[in-house]
Amino acid sequence: MKSLNVSILQFPGTNCEYDTVYAFKRLGHNTNVIWHKEESIPADTDLVVVPGGFSYGDYLRCGSIAKFSPVMKSVIAYANDGGRVLGICNGFQILTEAGLLPGALKRNDNLHFISRHQHLKVVNSNNDFLKKCKEGEVLYIPIAHHDGNYFVDDETLSDMYDNAQVLLKYCDSEGNPMVVNGSVEQIAGVCNKDKNVFGLMPHPERAMESILGSKDGIRMLEGFGI
Amino acid sequence: MANEALENIEEVLSAHKLSYADYEHMKQILGREPNLVEIGIFSAMWSEHCSYKSSKKYLNGFPTKAPWVIQGPGENAGVIDIGGGMAAVFKMESHNHPSYIEPFQGAATGVGGILRDIFTMGARPVANLNSLRFGDIEGNSDTAKYQRHLVKGVVEGIGSYGNCMGVPTIGGEMSFESCYNGNILVNAFSLGLAKSDEIFYGKAEGIGNPVIYVGSKTGRDGLGGAVMSSDSFTEESKKLRPTVQVGDPFTEKLLLEACLELFKTDYVIGIQDMGAAGLTSSSFEMAGRSGSGMVMHLDKVPAREEGMTPYEFMLSESQERMLICAKKGTEDKIIEIFHKWDLDASVIGEVTDTGRMELFWYGEKVADVPVDPVSEEAPILDRPTKRPEYLDEIAKVGIDDFEKVSNQEAFEKLLSSNDIIDKAWVYEQYDSMVQTNTQKHPGSLDASVIRVKENGCAIAMSSDCNPRYCYIDPFVGAAYAVMESGRNVAMSGATPLAITDCLNFGNPENPEVMWQFAQSCEGIKEACANMETPVVSGNVSLYNETNGVSIYPTPAIAMVGVNDDENRVLGSKFAKEGSKLLLLGDTTGEFGASLYMKELYNTVAGTLKEPDYTAEARLWEFVIKANKYGLLLSAKDVNIGGIAMAVAKMSALSGIGAEINTNFEDKRWVFDESQSRAIIEVDEDSLQEVAKLAMDLGLKVEAIGITGGDSLKIDDISMPLEELKDIYFGTFPKKIKADIVD
Repeated sequence: MKSLNVSILQFPGTNCEYDTVYAFKRLGHNTNVIWHKEESIPADTDLVVVPGGFSYGDYLRCGSIAKFSPVMKSVIAYANDGGRVLGICNGFQILTEAGLLPGALKRNDNLHFISRHQHLKVVNSNNDFLKKCKEGEVLYIPIAHHDGNYFVDDETLSDMYDNAQVLLKYCDSEGNPMVVNGSVEQIAGVCNKDKNVFGLMPHPERAMESILGSKDGIRMLEGFGI
Repeated sequence: MANEALENIEEVLSAHKLSYADYEHMKQILGREPNLVEIGIFSAMWSEHCSYKSSKKYLNGFPTKAPWVIQGPGENAGVIDIGGGMAAVFKMESHNHPSYIEPFQGAATGVGGILRDIFTMGARPVANLNSLRFGDIEGNSDTAKYQRHLVKGVVEGIGSYGNCMGVPTIGGEMSFESCYNGNILVNAFSLGLAKSDEIFYGKAEGIGNPVIYVGSKTGRDGLGGAVMSSDSFTEESKKLRPTVQVGDPFTEKLLLEACLELFKTDYVIGIQDMGAAGLTSSSFEMAGRSGSGMVMHLDKVPAREEGMTPYEFMLSESQERMLICAKKGTEDKIIEIFHKWDLDASVIGEVTDTGRMELFWYGEKVADVPVDPVSEEAPILDRPTKRPEYLDEIAKVGIDDFEKVSNQEAFEKLLSSNDIIDKAWVYEQYDSMVQTNTQKHPGSLDASVIRVKENGCAIAMSSDCNPRYCYIDPFVGAAYAVMESGRNVAMSGATPLAITDCLNFGNPENPEVMWQFAQSCEGIKEACANMETPVVSGNVSLYNETNGVSIYPTPAIAMVGVNDDENRVLGSKFAKEGSKLLLLGDTTGEFGASLYMKELYNTVAGTLKEPDYTAEARLWEFVIKANKYGLLLSAKDVNIGGIAMAVAKMSALSGIGAEINTNFEDKRWVFDESQSRAIIEVDEDSLQEVAKLAMDLGLKVEAIGITGGDSLKIDDISMPLEELKDIYFGTFPKKIKADIVD
């Protein structure tokens, strides 16, 4: 297996960057933490990860300020060039705000932060991210968010299904749909049309070791390997 | 020197909660009349909150030393060695008064304050706990409605701050008693990790070294907060909302990262956060620890609003600020680091050898106070104490004074009580997994556990106190709290090493409260000395009294322990079906201040048995050893509600039933609360070895049951597993959401 060069963004308020570094290092990849004021990302980047946290305190809409950070221009260019980008939690919010992913993330319908291990059903695995998972498979991955209530209009959603862009849905241990935060059709993760930009609210980087409760995240992140 | 004569000195003193004797003392220290800035400084430094004037007498004599203790009380936090060149830095602190007035901000800034205490020592905070006490949350009374509002606000405040900081909240405790109706308790604990030879201290030394202010700008928020916390409550107190600080966790996150970046350099002499009494206490404490003097130019302090005065700069409790004493010549490099993180940083003064704090305002001297006398000559009070009369009355009361209740009915009542039911509604609002170290999450019973990536060990921690025990016997109740927190830690396979405490009491001017305080301190001393778990940091919160009603004595104890193998962390719920359940320790029919008595007879009374430290130590040693040998599947301490509640929790959480048969002479003893007991789950194959180890240690062990099946049976009690889970997990959300109409 070839080691990937993973560029992990760091905004003021990001707090999962080192967890993400730790997870990709466990898989044998090289990692680079990129400060948001950088105007470019390393040329040999194989994957950009926008990690979780509270960029700019999430004091406005989550992710709405981070998208203006200097580094995001080059990330958008990288993605438009076919480069692979993964947004986790706050990173997912940032990617929707930046227009790299369809839809938006609203406040959880119970208005509370929700933190727990959660079952997820793999809806589509015909992509770089989930290719090591089976469709219909149930994964067990931590969630921790205040604004994970995914919304998208019907027309876009229908296109997304047609293009196999709906990747993950919240479910119970048997795989039955489960309402967690009010997301449209219990959607937990999606990708763009070209299947090179991925976003999800759950935290695969927190599910890498059985002593922490689950190692299902390995299968997810391994997908990016070559 | 600006020194306007103060008119109406009595009014000024009263507004600052100073006595005329204090005023005379100030004059003697200064050799002249103090001005308003100086009175403000004395008032803050001599407040109960900063000077510990009522409590100091009893805090002296806490056991504070052990080979693994790197730093005991007196610094921003305590430090212990956890092996592999790593140290754990931890402390617990109260934010009770602000949280009652404004629950969200009060609790949030409580978390913010304790986090700063940790990272100012050079440690990255890696785990938070909290210990929360509320009043009556059930029913439609105004009190219950306000209490539910407080629960929601406090929980949201804790979550908002910890989550944004990226520090997992991994556990805590929450209980409810009427005595907290007018005074809730919000105690926040944080633990950080640092290399054991890279700890930073709050000192300012080296003549000419610059004093640098970093972090948020100073505003008028929290003005006089330390003085506010040093008084009891009346109906008027809600008007004090403007004295509650407002938190900005985002700024604190930047401050954390900037400080940790700074600590990698060798620029820092000392650093201290600005908590209670803000710039006053941080500057005096830093200078005081090194016997130095300091000059500060208050016009250089970054201000949030215009027109602020020197008095306000010195007493503001604006959050997210730090004071740094740096090596001369590094100023620009330090400022550059903070500017990178979009934070203010400004050189506001320097260290001198005068032993005096000299404050200037645009070149004019506005205060000149000798440093040492302000802290060292702070009044130490020897307040009168008196054994409360209620103790004799309640000592006579036992469960036989009440009508008997069937075990089945008792079981159902205790199981659905606030003390027992699962609080997922609370802890799921806390990010408990960020930093990817959490091994035992909130809700997984007994201690919370994180692993340490740097050395492969696991740190277990548990915060405990049973206020009902402390009410009927403050000495033994406090000792029990030490034992229980250690027992919880031991149940995960970790060796308990040290405690931090948060001593919450009523009005110290009431001799009965002062007696409770003195007794509790003695109980902690005795237990910590016997269990070899020194006190390394702590906090005292007095004046938890409203309209003359004081809270139960509530000395919260947080124990920290280390398990040297992260792969051998023991769980507290049933691991599988068909395993044997054993009871460790003696059951002797203890019902004093028990949950049984409270829930069935609405009474808090009786007496507590003397602590048996030898039995407790044997129990810890047994579980730690047996776990190391791989003999245990799970272990849980037996605590409130006795064996019945311990097994019920293990069963509900695992979704595995059990059948228990005891031969107690009195069937009610399944609810007894004898200390120094635990339930362990073992494989049949391990029984002999377990029995031998217990015998070697002189520990009583008896088989009481087996796991499995779809119901829980304890002697004559029986409940289907589904019903057990429904009650355990479903009751709290119903209670707390009583005001929400779907």
